[in-house]
Amino acid sequence: MQNLIQIIVDAVALGSLYALVSLSIGLVFGVMRLINFAQADYITIGAYALVVPTASVSPALLLGALPFAFMAGGVVVVVVVLALLTERLAFRPMRGSDPATLLVSSFAVSYFLQHLVMLIHSGRPKSVGIGNSLSAAVEFWGIRVPGTQLLTMGVALVMLVAMVFFLKKTPMGIQMRAAAENFQMARLMGVKANRVIATAFAISGIMAAAVSLLLVVQTGTLDIRMGLMPVIFAFFATVIGGMGSLPGAALGGFIVGFVTVGLQAFLPPDLRAFRDAFVFMLVIGFLLFRPQGLIVTSAARERV
Amino acid sequence: MSNATTTPYQSFLSRHFAVLLIAACLVFIVCLVHLFGSVMVQRVVIEALIRIVIVVGIYIFTGNSGIISFGSVTFMAIAAYATGWQTCCEMLKPITMSGLPSILRDNSYPVYVSALTSVSLAALAAFVVGLILMRLGGLAASISTLAILFILNVSYSNWETVTMGTASMVGLPTYITPWIALGAALIAVVCAWVFQNSARGILLRATRADEVAAAACGVSLYWSRLIAWTLSGAVMGLAGVLTAHFLGTVSINSYFLNLTFLALAMLVVGGMKSLSGAVVGVVVVSTIVDMFRRLEAGVSLGDTTLSLPAGTQELVLAGVMIVILMFRKDGLMGGKEFCLPKRWAVVRSESVTSERNAQ
Repeated sequence: MQNLIQIIVDAVALGSLYALVSLSIGLVFGVMRLINFAQADYITIGAYALVVPTASVSPALLLGALPFAFMAGGVVVVVVVLALLTERLAFRPMRGSDPATLLVSSFAVSYFLQHLVMLIHSGRPKSVGIGNSLSAAVEFWGIRVPGTQLLTMGVALVMLVAMVFFLKKTPMGIQMRAAAENFQMARLMGVKANRVIATAFAISGIMAAAVSLLLVVQTGTLDIRMGLMPVIFAFFATVIGGMGSLPGAALGGFIVGFVTVGLQAFLPPDLRAFRDAFVFMLVIGFLLFRPQGLIVTSAARERV
Repeated sequence: MSNATTTPYQSFLSRHFAVLLIAACLVFIVCLVHLFGSVMVQRVVIEALIRIVIVVGIYIFTGNSGIISFGSVTFMAIAAYATGWQTCCEMLKPITMSGLPSILRDNSYPVYVSALTSVSLAALAAFVVGLILMRLGGLAASISTLAILFILNVSYSNWETVTMGTASMVGLPTYITPWIALGAALIAVVCAWVFQNSARGILLRATRADEVAAAACGVSLYWSRLIAWTLSGAVMGLAGVLTAHFLGTVSINSYFLNLTFLALAMLVVGGMKSLSGAVVGVVVVSTIVDMFRRLEAGVSLGDTTLSLPAGTQELVLAGVMIVILMFRKDGLMGGKEFCLPKRWAVVRSESVTSERNAQ
């Protein structure tokens, strides 16, 4: 019983991390039809902003040396600026291209950023000690929950609530939902395209910054590809949830998290190494039965 | 109709000019290399020919269907490992890959048998995967091809007893000469050309132009895509066999995102809507990549050696790709095939002028 609750806690923690990433991907996809591969590199660069660029394996701290609030703020600023820069320089000139072209271009942007980080920080994994105090477990009624998991769940909850509030109650949020529904029509009604898209990128940057801090606190390591796997899983989360649907993206994130943790717990030990392969197979199996995803939006279908 | 002297030969030439030109260029280059090239130059040319097979393999599916495939490299890996199991290191196999079935573990097979079976296995794998993936449309299909790449990578990286995990399988016979690579490239190019001009290929291109309209005209999206995907898988398998026997080693991480990116960059730069574009992309991108690799290694100017920091080549490649996507979305070839210069192209020019007159 306790074991089961432990697994559920793990699943919720991982699911909320994936939900954050898939929401940020879903948000940009909604307004621009762009599946942003570079989201992985926003996360990576956010994490690397914590340290001084050297080839050393345990580098000196840069932003990571600041008090927590400044550190978090600094990372958010770095990633938001980066997200806005990629939007302005790479994605804005391609606006209106078909989704396949946009997908390839974001793949190229991601490759560019990844090798830029490699050029500046060298390709070796590095260790960085931040938030060590959080790794102590907190005990509730006999269930031990690591502090990092509590933090992940807390951050995800706060951001999800803030996001819902933003989308439902603020003028910009409402414009963004309108743009996701029908971009052309929204523009005709006076929604400013540039501003809406830039805001979507900025929010995706804030979320990427949060994810990169959470990842660093959880693992204590920096790696060139640290953002890759969460983003790949989040891609599937958005496809499972239904492309273009934000509740779907969050739901998909939790489903992928639950499936991953479930497989980790219940697969026979000699198959555990293949866990990710099973997750991907389940995703594809699911798409067989529901290719359009769980929540189908009108925007996902092509208008004839 | 003053020029009514079009012979069957002329019309054949102007209809199939692109593929004939590509084939002639490739044959010419390989002849030159055979006569005058050093071993180094031969290796560069073989590498380029293999890249042509890879990019044409992806083009057969992506170019005709308009669905970007991130997963085609998977079938290269499948074929590369399959040929490795059949031909590699007879003495070591029982120790390093003890999990192989004894028919593979205790026997070796001639290279041509292994090439054939490996390509067939890649095609079969593509067909089975395609049965599932081709039910999905556009972006969901693209993303799912990425899943295939990850599934294979995770499986082969951890299947220690059969694939040696992430370690390299070494000691494959290296029998790839420029002529064999040329033969493979010609097979790939001709396959792609025949397919895109076949009834199936034209139907598939119709679905690329407008999915809904094509479906409304009774084109089966599913079967058209599945056939292209399987053919593409077979050509990728061929590329896998070539790579394995060119390098003499197989390791799973060389068939992952970096190779996928390089191949897609070539396809995008040349233009993914035409076979000529695919081939031009390989030539242009290979040139850029090789040039910057040399610059990274260092160029001596008088007494000083200038060298760019390692990694510049990747940045330049990504930059070129982004710029092409911004300013010339359909690539250098603009989605067109090479065609005969006007004054020779009797058939073509007449139809064009009559169209112009009509406007």
